[in-house]
Amino acid sequence: METLSNLALGFSVALNPFTLMLAVIGAFMGTIIGALPGLGPSNGVAILIPLAFTMGLDATSALVLLTSVYYGAMYGGRISSILLNIPGDEPAMMTTLDGYPMARQGKAGDALVISGVASFVGAMFATAGLIILAPMLARVAYLFGPAEYFALYLLAFTTLGGVGSKNQAKAVIAACIGLGMAMIGLDNSTGMPRFTYGHMHLMDGVDFLVAIVGLFAITEVFFFIESHGKGSAIGVKLAKVTVPIKDLIKTSGSMLRGSVIGFIAGILPGAGASLGSFLAYMAEKSVAGSSGKFGQGDPRGVAAPEAGNNAAAGGALIPMLTLGVPGSGTTAVLLALLMTLNIQPGPTLFAEHPDVVWGLIASLIIANFVLLFMNIPMVKIFVKVLMVPAWVLLPGVTMISFVGIYSLSGSYFDLVLMVGFGALGYFLRKLDIPTVPVILGILLGNQMEDNLRRAMVVANGDWTYLFSSGISIGLWTAAILGFVAPMFLRRFLKRPPQPLDAEAD
Amino acid sequence: MASDRIFGLVIFGVALAYVASALQIQTSFLSDPVGSKVFPIIIGSIAALATLVLLIKPDEDPEWPHGATWLHLGIAVAVLVAYAYSLKPLGFLIPTAIASGVISYQISPRLQTAVLTGAGLSVGLFAIFKYALGLGLMALPRAMMG
Repeated sequence: METLSNLALGFSVALNPFTLMLAVIGAFMGTIIGALPGLGPSNGVAILIPLAFTMGLDATSALVLLTSVYYGAMYGGRISSILLNIPGDEPAMMTTLDGYPMARQGKAGDALVISGVASFVGAMFATAGLIILAPMLARVAYLFGPAEYFALYLLAFTTLGGVGSKNQAKAVIAACIGLGMAMIGLDNSTGMPRFTYGHMHLMDGVDFLVAIVGLFAITEVFFFIESHGKGSAIGVKLAKVTVPIKDLIKTSGSMLRGSVIGFIAGILPGAGASLGSFLAYMAEKSVAGSSGKFGQGDPRGVAAPEAGNNAAAGGALIPMLTLGVPGSGTTAVLLALLMTLNIQPGPTLFAEHPDVVWGLIASLIIANFVLLFMNIPMVKIFVKVLMVPAWVLLPGVTMISFVGIYSLSGSYFDLVLMVGFGALGYFLRKLDIPTVPVILGILLGNQMEDNLRRAMVVANGDWTYLFSSGISIGLWTAAILGFVAPMFLRRFLKRPPQPLDAEAD
Repeated sequence: MASDRIFGLVIFGVALAYVASALQIQTSFLSDPVGSKVFPIIIGSIAALATLVLLIKPDEDPEWPHGATWLHLGIAVAVLVAYAYSLKPLGFLIPTAIASGVISYQISPRLQTAVLTGAGLSVGLFAIFKYALGLGLMALPRAMMG
């Protein structure tokens, strides 16, 4: 009952014309961002954060706008996967495997409708899961003290390193780069400057928005310069879009299975949407056995990964909202948004800002219906947008990034820093070093340190306090397992070829 | 192989410098048991240890771009840094047109389209930012605005 009244509160916040308009705009822009190759949910949301600020949106409105963009991007990614054989964003990778063959057989419309419905099923399933699980987890989170939080942050880094990347050492280095940068500026507890070298601009520390936009958006520009915009190839034409009811019924099982798998993958810290769609596809392939024509245009091969990645996107919101620990690049970006809005995610968020949380959940439901409508009858509009050439799109993205960051701080120093982060991101991605741990490090570094120091104050400097409760021992064990186990599992599980930005979901 | 080793060495050096610098952090007389040095020292040490793994067991080299592409990337970085410095004194329109034109040219080297893209993006984005989103941007150099 409590859930229902909370939902009612949520809808009372979300169902005003302005918020509705934001959800529609967000869903529209998100689909475009997802569909355009080179712009994924994380850099799309990152570019829009500064703009949402300068527009003076309040917390709920900004959240509604950007989570609609987030959900929209998850829908949009499939469009270029199917029509161009280029994943519009990384989680849409698996959709190319059967989506493009379907399009080649003249069934592009069918593939788009099936994947659109699958996206809807996955996202709705995950939103329902979020409604049920998030308040429960928030209650558990009340039991967390500083030692437990420290272990939890550690868990986020190690699983991100273990599951999300191919080389543990590189993930560790990436996390250390981020954490090390977070230390720059005034020390929270003593007020002493650290690593500022007398530089005034460094006193406030490195702004995580600058880092995020630099590492995601500007880096992408450099990659496009390297490839000379190749990849914006001409794809398959889209004829009439009809609703293939038979296929929809046939694939409904795949959608549900994909949703469950994706949702679980989304909740795990560090896994995120890419793993969700990958696991959903692999599971579906083994369920189908020899009856499937996977890789040659099997509709189930489109339905399962799309349901999986959308469910994972919703699932990933749970640890971010209840514990303040994001599991993926995009949720890290959304956490950055909350932090700039001065909202501290975590269990208290549900108690202190119920209007924000439930308004967000209600608008996710609304955005889903809007997205279903946009992505099936109106899908042709987005296909047109795909024709925007890289040499217009990328300069545009760059300029929007600059104006966004500039309007936030008005300082040329931050802009230069952003370009620096862009160059850093280029080398990191070239060397196959994941950039998400860097972002997570910058975002969480200070809180991680604060919790460590608070724990030590409580324990009077006794380091064994870190392992003194059942919860923290469990978290430490999970952290170590999450880091070590993939090393052994990797021999058995051969991952499919992943694009360079495998972590940027 | 070499790339990872070079990167490992660079980060190893940075990590050591970071730890050395952390040891120099001034402490306040009012400090907690951990203090402001310990956490940075831990981070630096872990980073240094992780680079040893890279030095011992590097991955295969990525495909690095060739000479001309490095030049394109270098130009792009230089233009963006210049853009960062010129946005305030020169206003939005002129630096944006030049910067986006140059970036466009680096992606697809056709002069005419690059010029058109630069001009179009500059005016179009200015209109959106200024009038639709209400940002306080300066169109032209301060001196010309009176």
